[in-house]
Amino acid sequence: MNGPDAGGLAAGETLRRTPLHGWHVAHGARMVPFGGWDMPVQYATGVLTEHHAVRAGVGLFDIGHMGQVDVAGPGALAWLQWLVPTDVSRLELGQAQYSLLCAPDGGTIDDIIIYRLGDDRFLLIVNAANADADVAWMRACLANPDHGIDPAGIDLVSHGDARTLVAVQGPRSLEVLQRIADTDLTALGYYRALPATISGTPGLVARTGYTGERGYEVSVPSTAAVGIWEALLEAGASAGVMPCGLGARDTLRLEAGMALYGHELTRDVNLFEANLERLVRLDKGTFVGRDALALVAAAGRARALVGLELTVAGVPRAGYPVLDPTGARVGETTSGGPSPTLKKSIAMALVPAAMASPGTALAIEIRGRAHAAVVVPLPFYKRPTTRRPAPTSSPDR
Amino acid sequence: MNPSDLQYTKEHEWLRDAGTVAVIGITHHAQDALGDVVFVELPAIGSTITAGRSFGVVESVKAASDLYAPCDGEVVAVNGLLATTPDLVNTDPYGDGWMIKVRVTGSTGDLIDAGSYDAFLATLH
Repeated sequence: MNGPDAGGLAAGETLRRTPLHGWHVAHGARMVPFGGWDMPVQYATGVLTEHHAVRAGVGLFDIGHMGQVDVAGPGALAWLQWLVPTDVSRLELGQAQYSLLCAPDGGTIDDIIIYRLGDDRFLLIVNAANADADVAWMRACLANPDHGIDPAGIDLVSHGDARTLVAVQGPRSLEVLQRIADTDLTALGYYRALPATISGTPGLVARTGYTGERGYEVSVPSTAAVGIWEALLEAGASAGVMPCGLGARDTLRLEAGMALYGHELTRDVNLFEANLERLVRLDKGTFVGRDALALVAAAGRARALVGLELTVAGVPRAGYPVLDPTGARVGETTSGGPSPTLKKSIAMALVPAAMASPGTALAIEIRGRAHAAVVVPLPFYKRPTTRRPAPTSSPDR
Repeated sequence: MNPSDLQYTKEHEWLRDAGTVAVIGITHHAQDALGDVVFVELPAIGSTITAGRSFGVVESVKAASDLYAPCDGEVVAVNGLLATTPDLVNTDPYGDGWMIKVRVTGSTGDLIDAGSYDAFLATLH
């Protein structure tokens, strides 16, 4: 037997560590390189246990590897409007928006979340692996005269190690987080954020996540991270709280049909292909990638991201060929694996747009053999809505 | 920890010599490294396996890993329980989590005894 690839790491490259790194190692986590960081992929009881804990109760995730970038100043809003395809001006104070960094050719540089923390103050959360490249891209865009905004009126500051992020996810996340928060979080809507004191430390609580469950992402001072993490474990003990690694994070987001940059979204995939057309506002004025995206909107997308469910035994993974009924290769899986909640094998794949209708019979080639699959609607998993509070107009991620 | 009546490969398979037939599975270390096993792809009865060559695949939640044959042989049985309960590989790797039974037809690969395997594992940390 050969073990799973530990991840490519060039000799001499040092991995960054979140403030919780020592806690993970001391508590039996298996650590792997991810986006330049040494991160827990699972703890002792395994990915399935962690996955089910989040679906049934609550789980904690160290997401301190995510990049945080402040954009502030009198020109911040106008410049962000030029930088991203979404309508940033619609954001109220304390509201968040799922957005993208697009290239001039319409390809995707990263997917991000934009928080409006003040009239002229925004926080951008970017993917770990892309953080340095994103900041370089944003600086280049800031220097680009095309936007016509005075760059002197915009501060672009990548957060150092002063703050970190912890995610609390699951149907019982509110109950558990509330126990250590001094602010009432009950009314906090989806994709809304509010300052709160967590375990006596000032933080920012956002109702966002990457699991398909109700959940929160909390920005806290790095020095307080271990204390808050342990307070959450204690507060959540009766709710079956578990620390969760990247393994469960991936199975949960796959079931929820959420994109992972480098898989569903890449430099070669535009937002229409990734089913994110709801994000773009082609009529809001010019922005990076607008002309290319307008052409796609007019001509129709060539490919579409679909959900596939295997109808025979087997496990699809990222990068497997997708075949039509004649056996011709028509696309490729972007992510895949077992669905612990649905007890099926599922994948997302980019296929010709004409083959994207649910019910379409396709196949996934696994180790040289075609395995029958059918296109199913995304997301694969939707949480029960009975407990859901009043709906918001926020974008669905 | 690893049973003394078995022989091992450095790829973490075990072989139990039962006279004319040998039973093959993966070790405790292997199942622990893989994590939750969700699917096992095994050869058909009657097919042949070759020492050192892949004879199947074990899929965990995270990844697919090849299974390497510890000997030349003809498959005479496969563990049908794994089709519905692949987690037996995790919970009972030396018992109900066995994978195939073969009639040994030729050479075995470089098999080592339990003491040597334990020593080998110690070098991995």
